[in-house]
Formats: sequence, C-alpha cells, structure tokens
Amino acid sequence: MPKSWRPACSIELMRLRARMLYDIRHFFSKKDVLEVETPVLGFSSGTDPQLDFFTTEYGLPPQQHRLFLQTSPEFAMKRLLAAGSGSIYQICKAFRNGESGRFHNPEFTMLEWYRIGFTLPQLMDETAELIGLLFKGHRTLDTAQRFSYQELFQRFTELDPLAFSYQDYCAYALANHTPEAVSICGYDHALWLDFIFSHKIQPQLGENALCMVYDYPACQSSLARINAGNSLVSDRVEVFINGIELGNGYYELTDATEQGRRFDEEIGIRQQRKQPVAVKDKHLIAALEAGLPECSGMAIGLDRLLILLSDSASIQEVLNFPLHRA
Amino acid sequence: MASYSTNEFKAGLKVMLDNDPCAIIENEFVKPGKGQAFNRVKIRNLKTGRVIERTFKSGESLDGADVVDVEMQYLYNDGEFRHFMVPDTFEQYQCDEKAVGEASKWLKDQDSCTVTLWNDAPLSVTPANFVELAITETDPGVRGDTSGGGGKPAKLETGAVVRVPLFVQQGEVIKVDTRTGEYISRVKE
Repeated sequence: MPKSWRPACSIELMRLRARMLYDIRHFFSKKDVLEVETPVLGFSSGTDPQLDFFTTEYGLPPQQHRLFLQTSPEFAMKRLLAAGSGSIYQICKAFRNGESGRFHNPEFTMLEWYRIGFTLPQLMDETAELIGLLFKGHRTLDTAQRFSYQELFQRFTELDPLAFSYQDYCAYALANHTPEAVSICGYDHALWLDFIFSHKIQPQLGENALCMVYDYPACQSSLARINAGNSLVSDRVEVFINGIELGNGYYELTDATEQGRRFDEEIGIRQQRKQPVAVKDKHLIAALEAGLPECSGMAIGLDRLLILLSDSASIQEVLNFPLHRA
Repeated sequence: MASYSTNEFKAGLKVMLDNDPCAIIENEFVKPGKGQAFNRVKIRNLKTGRVIERTFKSGESLDGADVVDVEMQYLYNDGEFRHFMVPDTFEQYQCDEKAVGEASKWLKDQDSCTVTLWNDAPLSVTPANFVELAITETDPGVRGDTSGGGGKPAKLETGAVVRVPLFVQQGEVIKVDTRTGEYISRVKE
C-alpha cells in the first residue's frame, strides 16, 4: 500500500506552523486588532474573472441552494468593518478552483487584516514589522525594499507599464525569448503586464528581503482605490520574498457605486469568457452604502510564508495533507 | 491523436509543438494572485534534441504525438542506412545518419538499443547506457601504472574515442558509459 495516508510534511513543520500562528495572534493582540471569524460558505461569490470558485449544494428539502466557498474573506470582513468592528484580522481557509502547482494548492490558509485609518504606506510599515517578527530566529532578512511598479518595470524591461505600446511590448518579447507572449497577449495591456511581470520581474524580487511593490497600474487595481494624485495607478501593493508572491494589499475602495460598477464589469467579462456565473455580494454593496471607514487591508498566504520560513521547495512540502492526499 | 490540456502536461508526455514531436520535461504553474494563470513549460524537441521554454495560457492544449520507444537490435550499416530489428516480431526499421546521430559511435552489430519512433518512423536512437567495445588503437601504456590517473586516448571498434588508463592495451575490451563517454572498466573475455 502507498504511504499516502501519512502527512506529507514533518512534525517539525507542523510545529513551525503552530509557532507562526501563535506569533501572528500575539502580534495583533498587542496592537488591539480583533480576531474574527466569518463564514467560509456563502450565497454569493467573488466576481474576479481570474479566480475560479468552488460551489456546493445546500440541501434543505424540498429546497436546494447553491453555495460558494470563499476565495478570500474580504467581503465578509468589510461588512464587519462597516458595522463598526474597528481593526480586525482573520486566519482562515480560502479556496481557489483549478489552482495547483509548486506554489498553489486549491485550499490554503490566509491571513487577512484591516486597519482603520491606515494609509497604504502605514500598512506596508506594519507588514514589514510582522514579517520581520515571523522570520526572527529563522533567518535574518535584509532591509525591506519598496518600489513603485513603474520604476521596477522600467528598470527590468525599459518598458513603461502605465502607457501601453503594442510595438514596444512585442519587440521586448521577441528580444527576450518569449515570442509566444505576442500571440497570448495581443492587445490586452493587463495580460501583457501579467506575462512580463510574472516571467521576467517577479522571480528576481526580494532576494532574502521583503520586497513591496506599490502603485499598481490602474488596469490591475482589482479592489484597490485609484490613486487620488495619479489616475494611472491604484493604491495597491504586492509583497514578495525570494521571488515568491506572498500577499496583496489595498487602500480599500469605499465607494459603493464604484464597487457596484466593478462587479458588473467583472461579471460581464465572466460572461464573455463563458466562465461559471458569479453572484454578486449585495450585502457588501449595502455595507459600503452604509459606510466603510477609511482603511487599508492586507492578505498574506501563510503556507507560502511557511515555505520561506522552512526553506522548502513547494507548498506540498509544508501542508500535512496537500490535495492529492486530502 | 488525443489532445492534452496544460493541466495534463507532465514529464514524459509527448506532444506536437510547431509541427515537431516534443517531450515535456517540466511544467510550472505560474499565477499572480490577481492575474492570468500561465504554464511555463520546458520541452525537448525530439527531432533536434534542443530544449526550449514555452509559456501557455493555462487551459490551452496541444495535440499528442505518436511517439514510442522500442527496444531493438542493431543489425548493420549499409553505407546509407543503419538497420534495426525488433527481436520479438522481426519487424525491421532503417535509420539515416541524422536519426542515429551521436548514437552511431556506440553502435556495434547485434547490440541492443532504444529506437524512438514517431508515426512508426525512426526519430532517434539511444544506445544502451553501458556498452562493451574492443580497443582498436591506443599507445602502448607505461608498465606498472595501475592508478588510472592521467590516461590516454583509445579508439574503439565503433570509431568512438575515449580516455582510458595507461595500463589498458590495444585489443582489450572495455566497458563504457555512453551517457558520459567515460571508461568504466576492462572486460574479461
């Protein structure tokens, strides 16, 4: 018989995980950030066309309902914020369908926190503080780095990520041994940015250091606010260590109308691509209408953090039961 | 032939890419948290042997390639083609020098090897990992040297040249690792 009943990771790794969770809880407790829990299962889904959700059937005969497993706890947490919870954090499972690879397992553990009144730079300070604390005793990271998306992109590629030039992007792809990018990306600026960033830039980010990339192009704003001073960029930050994407943060969108518009736009894209139908979260829109306090929020993939803390090569090595053993 | 999605790409899978048969070596799923998913794939072109990297949008697919490895016996060289036979069925195949490639310097009549067939036509030949061949030409060694340090070139019956220890003599049969081209030992007749 194969040994697949056994955990894929060692007891030491389980201890390391427990220690990490303890450290995180201690960190936020000292800062008076409240730990919360929100439902993993709900009646609505995210609408992001880049994220595939899991669905399940809720049977309450004679009725049957379609429920969604969360791709992140973001919407429910924002409802708590709008209801006056103050700053909150959560450690929970998130589920993303079809994601499987060296750094992906369809079920994974996420740390997400929201800070009332924080701007994005303040959130970045706190992220660096938390990461530094978690690495203490394992490895000394070099000083955290901060780059704007544009300066980073220009430094590595000499292309301007904020102004799309089909010709320049094509020439770059041909000169850098990825001619297939031309047929994959076509005239889709956001897709070009994903391609070039993930292939040519990300692998080189944050060598033994936390690297924070802010001012993402507006076409990649996701749920972040568009920057007040420069409409070409959004108040979004991504964090990397040793080329691994660890997390993503926003100066949160509080405008209910704008949120509703982005939902509809994404639902439209999903329809065009014939993706499973998403159900938009009316509660979130109502919460934004009631008033979401100004805040910033960050989400960190804790399994990936464990990969880095333990010098492992893949997410499968830090989970006790990765999907193929689940 | 079936087609395979990027999710099914794993090491060893044979697919058609740019009209050439290829073997997948490595498949890495690359996905920015908020972005498009890609598969970065390392592929060997089985015609040229060259390894390239190619990115696909996750979910894209490639046609499978009808490529199989068959154990065969090398029969003879008629000057233009080399002839091989499947021992069980006596089915015969002929290969030009291009398909035989580097393997030619290790092929001795009657020896076993692996012939890779694409649509039932030979694509490449891989010799056994270890072959035993006679030395046809080498300088006389220095008497008493048994260390194997230094060494000298020796030409084998198939034309290959390998470095052998000084004590190994012309006419002797030696065992060679074809993957590295290195001398392993003498073979007692």
